Amino acid sequence: MTDKTILEKIKAIVTPYVQRKEGLEDFSDSTDFISDLKINSANLVDVILDVEDEFNIEIDNTSMEGMLTAGDAKRIILTKLEN
Amino acid sequence: MSFDLIISALPYTKPFLFVDEILQLDGQGCTGTYRFLEDSHFYKGHFKDYPVTPGVILTECMAQIGVVCLGIFLLNDLDEEKKITTEDVQIALSSTQIDFFVPIYPGEQVKVVSKKEYFRFNKLKCAVEMFNNKNELVCRGTISGMMKA
Repeated sequence: MTDKTILEKIKAIVTPYVQRKEGLEDFSDSTDFISDLKINSANLVDVILDVEDEFNIEIDNTSMEGMLTAGDAKRIILTKLEN
Repeated sequence: MSFDLIISALPYTKPFLFVDEILQLDGQGCTGTYRFLEDSHFYKGHFKDYPVTPGVILTECMAQIGVVCLGIFLLNDLDEEKKITTEDVQIALSSTQIDFFVPIYPGEQVKVVSKKEYFRFNKLKCAVEMFNNKNELVCRGTISGMMKA
């Protein structure tokens, strides 16, 4: 799976929870889930659970805390997929 | 943790406590009861000359029994050394989706039954149902909240 495919999948997963739709227009590694997309903490949990289902991986508390941007999520997904 | 201790750890008090008794509680769900008091203030305005329990209050009752009581039990399970008290509990409602079927009038007792869908990263999501004394379905839906201790 390429970086670009993963980023596209992350974008599709977060879209239903985004409160600031303009944040999706220039979606990139640096897109911050909270400040750019205004996703609340409860919906961030849904994003993590959807990421787990989509990529068939398990995300622990430490990884969750480090998942602030789309790029962070992508790196965590790539690491988990390698293991 | 006893059922009485869980009720005493709830961060609510009268006139906004909507839990009388917990009947059953384990890691998967909670069942409890509440009787709506005839002199509750909201009956004066909902509706004019025709008191019916507001849907938001039924939702609150479902959340307190079905989600918060269960959440306190689950938080306590994570750390059995620490007996959780009201001061420790941090909660916030995050979403509700409820369908309503029959009304609840002043003085009626209800039973709330919840089933945990998940409790992860401090978010507790539950499927919750409420029944009246005739065991008719009053309302049903999903309620989620963030819970920390």
